[in-house]
Amino acid sequence: MTALPPGSATTPPLRPASPAPPSVQRSWAGVLRQELFASRGDGLVSALLILLILASAVGLLRWAFGQAQWAVIQVNTTLFAVGRYPIEQQWRLWLLVVLVAALSGLSWGLLRAFPRADRSGELWPFNDRLAVALLGFLAAWLPAALALGFPLQVRWWAITGLLVAMRWIAGHWGRSWPPRLLKLVPLSWPLLYLLGMVLIAGGLGMSQVSPSNWGGLLLTLLMASFAILLSFPIGVVVALGRRSDLPLLRWSSVLYIEFIRGAPLITLLFLGQNILGYMLPGGWAPDRVWRAAWVLTFFCGAYLAEAVRAGLSAVPPGQLEAARSLGLSMPQALQRVVLPQALRIALPAAVGQFISLLQDTTLLSLIGLLDLLGTARTVMANPEFLGKNAEVYLTLAVLFWCCCAALGLGSRALERRLDPTHSPA
Amino acid sequence: MSGTFERIPWWRDRRVVPWIVQAVVGLVLLLVISLLVGNLVRNLTGAGLLLSWRWLGQPASFDVAESLIPFDASMPYWRALLVGLVNSLRVIVVGLVGATLLGTAVGMASFSSNGLLRRLARVYVEVIRNIPLLLQLLFWYFVVFLALPNGTAAFQLPGVVVSKSGLYLAWFAQGFSWQGPELVNGVWQAPLRLSVEFTALLTGLITYSGAFIAEVVRGGIASVPQGQWEAATSLGLHWSASMRSVVLPQALRVIVPGLNSQYISLAKNSALAVAVGYVDLYSVSETTLNQTGRALEVFLLLLGSYLIIDLLISAVMNGVNQLVQIRER
Amino acid sequence: MQPSPRWLLALPLLLAFALGGCADDSGSGGGVQSVKLSTIRGRGKLVCGVDGKLPGFSFLGPDGTYSGLDADTCRAVAAAVLGDPAKVEFRDLNSSERFAALASGEVDMLARNTTMTLSRDSAGGNGISFGPTTFYDGQGVMVPVASGATTLQDLDGKPICVESGTTTELNLADRMREQGISYTPLKFQTGDQTYAAYLGGRCVAVTSDRSQLAAKRSSFPNPDQHTLLPVVMSKEPLTPASVNGDPAWADAMRWTVFALFQAEELGITKANVAAKVAEAKANTNQADLRRFLGVEGDFGKQLGLPADFVPKTIAAVGNYGEIFERNVGTGSPLKLERAENRLWTEGGLIYSPPFR
Repeated sequence: MTALPPGSATTPPLRPASPAPPSVQRSWAGVLRQELFASRGDGLVSALLILLILASAVGLLRWAFGQAQWAVIQVNTTLFAVGRYPIEQQWRLWLLVVLVAALSGLSWGLLRAFPRADRSGELWPFNDRLAVALLGFLAAWLPAALALGFPLQVRWWAITGLLVAMRWIAGHWGRSWPPRLLKLVPLSWPLLYLLGMVLIAGGLGMSQVSPSNWGGLLLTLLMASFAILLSFPIGVVVALGRRSDLPLLRWSSVLYIEFIRGAPLITLLFLGQNILGYMLPGGWAPDRVWRAAWVLTFFCGAYLAEAVRAGLSAVPPGQLEAARSLGLSMPQALQRVVLPQALRIALPAAVGQFISLLQDTTLLSLIGLLDLLGTARTVMANPEFLGKNAEVYLTLAVLFWCCCAALGLGSRALERRLDPTHSPA
Repeated sequence: MSGTFERIPWWRDRRVVPWIVQAVVGLVLLLVISLLVGNLVRNLTGAGLLLSWRWLGQPASFDVAESLIPFDASMPYWRALLVGLVNSLRVIVVGLVGATLLGTAVGMASFSSNGLLRRLARVYVEVIRNIPLLLQLLFWYFVVFLALPNGTAAFQLPGVVVSKSGLYLAWFAQGFSWQGPELVNGVWQAPLRLSVEFTALLTGLITYSGAFIAEVVRGGIASVPQGQWEAATSLGLHWSASMRSVVLPQALRVIVPGLNSQYISLAKNSALAVAVGYVDLYSVSETTLNQTGRALEVFLLLLGSYLIIDLLISAVMNGVNQLVQIRER
Repeated sequence: MQPSPRWLLALPLLLAFALGGCADDSGSGGGVQSVKLSTIRGRGKLVCGVDGKLPGFSFLGPDGTYSGLDADTCRAVAAAVLGDPAKVEFRDLNSSERFAALASGEVDMLARNTTMTLSRDSAGGNGISFGPTTFYDGQGVMVPVASGATTLQDLDGKPICVESGTTTELNLADRMREQGISYTPLKFQTGDQTYAAYLGGRCVAVTSDRSQLAAKRSSFPNPDQHTLLPVVMSKEPLTPASVNGDPAWADAMRWTVFALFQAEELGITKANVAAKVAEAKANTNQADLRRFLGVEGDFGKQLGLPADFVPKTIAAVGNYGEIFERNVGTGSPLKLERAENRLWTEGGLIYSPPFR
């Protein structure tokens, strides 16, 4: 068996005790027996584990439905979602959510309408049906569980409906749309991001909403997406610099990477909050939200550079030589031949980095910003909700878990889609 | 960076272009750095806070909760920072050992013949890795440890007492007599007492890093060819024996380099101690900054200390790596 | 992983350490002509650093608005400078980040229950510029009634919760050392965590300014189960502050706060300020009142403020007595007596120099 990259979910378990040949159809009870009670020792361990799992599950459920008081989440939904974003301006965020839902549905549908040549062209594969069912469930259950008002509930139903409808329309008729229109779709994502920034921050005739009023999930997602997007070019440039033959480029890249990777993120945020203000001419220093965003960006960039570097060194040197001998200039060779391969190899590590960046945004609460965790801590300072730590922290944990796990799943799907050696079963 | 094989204009000459590129990059870097440093010097001079280390000798005038070296408020700042550093090292070292043990156990469990154990190992890794460490630390401290009972109601096992005020362990008291925790006037006493802040931080760091180390260990074991298992089994070795004497030694070659980066990130993560009230280096630095206003010096000290810790870990792990590699014949 | 590149980082660090050895503590205050006032005007709003989680002083309510004595101080300054008390952007600051935020220009002023001390005021220390004290306080200790503690000695050997980066942290160390009491200081970055640990039973006492303890206690689920020990460990003059090196801005802030005191002394309230202005305009004999309300003279101009900054301020937030009563006084949930915070005419410490 060959080395598997850590993080791949499906490692066939090694079983030194001769395993049953997989081709033999085994009964349900047989599987159970093989898996849990193969030997006396196994049986004992399994029995203990089952007891332990049952006890914790019962305890957790009893707490969640009996003792826990979820009002702390229900009452503060808006704070958790957008912080102190002015109420009269919140339509801008709703508009953004609608646009994101529509574009997601569209892209999703088109992805299925134009399957890769090596894929079965099924329009509604099992995973998609599952995803739609999940979305439907979330739209039905979540607003109710959060005790949102009826108008808000309807909005969430409508948005979910829009997403699924776009998915359906694009999936069925996407093939017949003019190619020029289809080319616009990938381009529309960056446009939407820019538009989203304008919608959130203000401009184009809309009133300004200062970053100190952004909070909760909005701030967390904004910080994470900003840092991820901008750290990518930094990572690529620095990785190329580190592998460059030019000593100045190499050493300055090394210095940057080691500086960032040598220090805990919190000390870098400390640098951003306490020292950066002194390093820029008066009035140049950005708002502290943006200072933190830049620190996160440069932080992520250094780690990403290492991921990209690993990808670059995995590309055989012959590739570059071949490209150069075809007459491509160095930038051309890098851009057309080396980087696409390197980035594909670096993808799992890069996504892992993004996931950890999303988690690292919680550190913003330590420097007084009101990200999800910061908001949570403010909420718990409210006399009404003192001591509701368990409810709040568990909710955040579930939220983060879902986001990170979804990113991980998405990355594996993307990996498969980009893998040129992948062939259909 | 560009150039081809033909005779060509200077801007594509491979002897000239690299120098031009370097000169441009160097100039830009120099400009940016001189701008930043120039402003820093000017602004700090204006505030009377330009680089100076004399304040380190002044009395700190704050107390710290726990310290391995004697400390009180009349001692100088450098001593307070040293206390913080020692506290950081304490949690890092214990954390490294704990996370390694836990990670190895979980990593090995993913190859167990017991399906339930295997899946539990996966669930553990997937749950822990997808939740921010800071959130986990706050959870451990505020939800788990601060909810523990105190005094007589505390959890008691032979030689171990877990309560809200800390973790009490049996240890050698004066003269080598083994002594367990005991309740004196409603307060637990024991030869070895760990504060609840330390315990919460340690628990959080160990469970978090343990999950990542488990992945490293799993990858290492998975890299050992299946044939090795089969050979060990055909020699009549049990699962545990083949794991211990055949598979793990070979897996170590892959595991050790991976461990290095996990260890370094554990060391850096220990700076989150500040969130659960443990007095580590970062926490003392923050207090010091507040009392003295010397942001730059404090930052440099922080950076330097973590750099040294990183280097130490790397040096040790490189040594271990060489040991492991030498065994290969 | 090769350790070698990381050594490279050590070089600049070593350089910094070496350089620092040669540099001297030069504590020059600067004397730079600053543009804070015009920055605020250009921006159209005042950025004010507050605590944000302290009922009675600055507290962010569920409706997203701030209330409290500190918050009203910010509003008063905004009304004086910009003519509109709503043109304030509040920034919640930790006690450990407040001075850096002020020094780096991120906030224009602090009204964050900050104790004025020599080292914070001096150019060689934190280098900030304090205005007039708006609340005279002292450090206290809160314990659960059930603990039975009545003096500091009863806390011997016990853990005490304290917010890090505060004067209370230092005073606690001093008092306990004086009295030879051993204790374990449990420090947290934020007030939330400090009180969460106290309520969680991690420490048997929490120490802070007495007003803050009273404020927090009023917000506890069972206020009656907690009591303040009858000790005052220190003087805590809570004072708004601005950054050093901007005398014009510091003066504008200082005299706006004095105006709040003076208005109470002259009996000018939010309700009657318009009438008083009319009265002053009509009656040329009331020279003091006319100068104070900006009907005659150029006090506003001298400060770089509008001529009518006093009536605007009072109309916006009321005088000091009104602010006190509204936020922390006997009518508020905190139920604090005026005590030292009465006007000097009534035996208190609140005193405005003459507007002249």
